Amino acid sequence: MVKTATNLGRSGLQDWLMQRVSALILIVYLGVLLGFFWMASPIDYAKWHAFCTFSAIQYASLLVLLALIAHAWIGIWTIMTDYIKSVPLRLFMQMIVFLSLLIDFFWGIRIIWGA
Amino acid sequence: MKFSIYRYNPEVDEKPYMKDYELDLKQTPAAMLLEALKLLKIQDETLSFRRSCGEGVCGSDGMNINGRNGLACITPLASLKEPVVIRPLPGMPVIRDLIVDLTNFYKQYEKVKPYLQNSQPPPAKERLQSPEERAKLDGLYECILCGCCSSSCPSYWWNPDKFVGPAAALQSARFLHDSRDDATQERLGQLDDAYSVFRCRSVMSCVDVCPKGLNPTKAIADIRDKMIKDET
Repeated sequence: MVKTATNLGRSGLQDWLMQRVSALILIVYLGVLLGFFWMASPIDYAKWHAFCTFSAIQYASLLVLLALIAHAWIGIWTIMTDYIKSVPLRLFMQMIVFLSLLIDFFWGIRIIWGA
Repeated sequence: MKFSIYRYNPEVDEKPYMKDYELDLKQTPAAMLLEALKLLKIQDETLSFRRSCGEGVCGSDGMNINGRNGLACITPLASLKEPVVIRPLPGMPVIRDLIVDLTNFYKQYEKVKPYLQNSQPPPAKERLQSPEERAKLDGLYECILCGCCSSSCPSYWWNPDKFVGPAAALQSARFLHDSRDDATQERLGQLDDAYSVFRCRSVMSCVDVCPKGLNPTKAIADIRDKMIKDET
């Protein structure tokens, strides 16, 4: 058993499952978006605004935001542990990615429920 | 036939180099690469490599042949493009020439406890298996531990200390599938971290090079399936 402190889940399987489930959420949301673009075309600001302020879409967007963050963290964490061998540099880079994902989260919420 | 062979003797050489050799196959016929290497060793007795059975059973002569890992003894010379470039197994420390240090490889093998574990008192004769139960071990028990798979795996190159590698994962699957083994929970628990088996990215280089035609990628997927059944 290899111990890790900076990965997302408590077990390897948890990370693996989370990455698959989040990928599914992302692809379904992408389908919904494409469907909207296709059905509502030509799109103007009023239609786009109505779509984005529809509460089901807002909650779906929040779910997607969380899925995206989990997906990105697991993926980037894996790549970093593969390729960045210097521990101080790896920790520093992980911190930068972590902070930017955190900012993305709060920024995303502002966008979803903004005016 | 022309050869270009990786040479390195840490006692003499400052760094590794490639040395060219030529072999007249009309005078000294050879069918397999290992025979050619033996003939080259007569030319230049400092050339070092491991070999034993000479028929793809012992797994001693794993090496990188024209960029692909394989066993020299079962690689026909006729299948090789000239010059034949021969290097030691990638990602493993070189002891000398084509001989690599397999210590870490065996350490990962040891980690998966490659032996039958059963907490029940042994029966008078033997632990029986049905033909169906025995069939589950096909494609797993044949591994000869030559190291061709693990040394072709990028995940093993990057994390040889944490990722057990395709060979050890296949061995783990071999005992997880064994109806006589009852340490399934412990085995799965030991592998359930971000590295041990989950570092496999299904590149399938292991499947591509395995001289016995085995499928470690599928073995790893099977381990994952067992974990899903066990933990969700």
